[in-house]
Amino acid sequence: MAKSLFDKVWEAHAVRELSSGHTQLLIGAHLIHEVTSPQAFGMLRELGLKVRFPERTFATVDHIVPTDERNEPFSDPLADAMIKELRRNCEEFGVTYFDIASGRQGIVHVVGPEQGITQPGTTIACGDSHTSTHGAFGAIAFGIGTSQVRDVLATQTMAISKPKLRRINVDGKLAPGIYAKDVILYIIRKLGVKGGTGFAYEYGGEVFDRFNMEERMTVCNMSIEGGARVGYVNPDEKTFEYLKGRPYSPKGREWDEAVERWRNLASDPDCEYDDVVNFRAEDIGPSVTWGITPGQGVFIDETIPDPEKVEEEQREGVIEALEHMKLKPGSPIKGTPIDVAFLGSCTNGRLTDFQEVAGYLKGRHVAPGVKAIAVPGSMGVGKICEELGIDKIFREAGFEWRGAGCSMCLAMNPDKLVGDQLCASSSNRNFKGRQGSPIGRTILMSPLMVAAAAVTGQVSDAREVFGVGSPNLVEV
Amino acid sequence: MALEKISKVTGRGVYIPGDDIDTDRIIPARFMKCITFDGLGEFAFYDVRKNEDGSDKKHPLNDPRHAGATILLSGSNFGCGSSREHAPQALHKAGFRGIVAESYAEIFFGNSITLGMPCFAASRQDIREMAATIEADPEVQIELDVENRSIRCGEREYPAELRDSARTALLSGKWDPIAELLEGEEEGEATARSLHYVR
Repeated sequence: MAKSLFDKVWEAHAVRELSSGHTQLLIGAHLIHEVTSPQAFGMLRELGLKVRFPERTFATVDHIVPTDERNEPFSDPLADAMIKELRRNCEEFGVTYFDIASGRQGIVHVVGPEQGITQPGTTIACGDSHTSTHGAFGAIAFGIGTSQVRDVLATQTMAISKPKLRRINVDGKLAPGIYAKDVILYIIRKLGVKGGTGFAYEYGGEVFDRFNMEERMTVCNMSIEGGARVGYVNPDEKTFEYLKGRPYSPKGREWDEAVERWRNLASDPDCEYDDVVNFRAEDIGPSVTWGITPGQGVFIDETIPDPEKVEEEQREGVIEALEHMKLKPGSPIKGTPIDVAFLGSCTNGRLTDFQEVAGYLKGRHVAPGVKAIAVPGSMGVGKICEELGIDKIFREAGFEWRGAGCSMCLAMNPDKLVGDQLCASSSNRNFKGRQGSPIGRTILMSPLMVAAAAVTGQVSDAREVFGVGSPNLVEV
Repeated sequence: MALEKISKVTGRGVYIPGDDIDTDRIIPARFMKCITFDGLGEFAFYDVRKNEDGSDKKHPLNDPRHAGATILLSGSNFGCGSSREHAPQALHKAGFRGIVAESYAEIFFGNSITLGMPCFAASRQDIREMAATIEADPEVQIELDVENRSIRCGEREYPAELRDSARTALLSGKWDPIAELLEGEEEGEATARSLHYVR
């Protein structure tokens, strides 16, 4: 019988059915970080349990770690305590820990693929909703709560119901200046922020075939913003190429055997989906959000919605969003003044994100009064950028070039908005207060749109600001 | 590790209107700088409840008529966003024992059930009617019936949805799955051995 990748991976990892009807699912790789793991280790101690597969558990610090001050002890005593707690837990339970001293620290969803831990056909869990990022490699990856972190630590399994499967095709060709971020913001806008609840998303079609691994990660990353806990792309030669030679990738004969297995993982052509949705690349424009959910978005040349003209059911939400955002209904989103530009996060903090922007940013400068920060997703990303001189381009343009971490995506470290500052952000959430100030405002967009906003001081069309027309990647 | 069998949750309710209430709103990230969940209760919905100087804003949770409510009512896609268990933990520690909303984000739903906090889904219209009943009489008793998947609010009864797996887990006292997962250790070991990349 024809099977989807999802079914193949699920079946290979299903341990048994529990009395509740949940599946006990084996987790092949467990990624942990400083914020959602300490309570789980505390529960292990209370129950007198060990980590079942410490060699399949990997830790790093990302959420709280400062991106300017990089030496312990950190000035924030709470942050310092949490990072020390993670080190203590990893030492006590024998878990590999990528700390700053290792040179491999970074956002957990950047580090996993970079280290080759993320592989096709694996199951991955992490106490972070953006774990779906790893699906870009044909892995089935779940964001989990802390009690489930405990479950996976103690048993390397968790209890979960099998979701339905929706195939999302994006065919055609994206116009120049349209990026993976625009694709996922478009999908969320069309299907809604809860449209994916109960589903895993399989992304495919010509656009995904053409995407590099980092672009696939950007889309899979934001699956949860559309309600889907899992999002993935079938693995192909690009996947294998990306993984070859990475620290945790198989080596020698084992590599060849692994690739052979991985080739058989992709969904069979005639497999059945619970739902199929088709989009055209040509319909997708540079996307920006105007509201307080990632689904409240428009193209850069569209206007901010008027609550009087939306469906009754959405009206209150639109009013609440516009009140928070201090935006005027019916007016263009383009030209909205910004205070802060943030380039980074597990959505758009990878090498090609910085490369793409650097190609256009050279010789330009951040507008007066705008605070612009560039935060590599990992120390590895930062190091390559520095070797290529990309950091210098950013610095000369007036960006602060920082150490690796989640930074202003969720503002658990000192990188926060102040008051009602408005931030052009390459991150994934524009929730009220998300970037550290309860009245702070976020507009989500692609990295190049963030750069365009930074240099003009207002929400802008990057195609106009930078004359985007031809691919401008610096080849590594 | 015998857990309580949860067949009914009874108490007074409070309605927090709005759709897509995310877990950042339920517990802002800065309060997650902690290594235990203790003390999270007082920070539930902090930024929508408090002004910068710590004084109260107008919010249902600050309304003394609803003090001591144990059942929270809200809109659709409740608990979306971050997977932080800190969100249901904060609600639980603030005294809530059950939630009624139009729909839930998946991770929040699972995290809540694992704490033994039932999340019932009801229609928009029914929730608004229950909210009106609470508004008219904050003392009205609400009962979430897990067995029958129904909600009693004062004199009226409303149908509710609750996934089979969650219902079974609550009724059988297996809402925290750790004991059962540990029992499956040998089978888990066998599955792990069958996977090239694990062993």
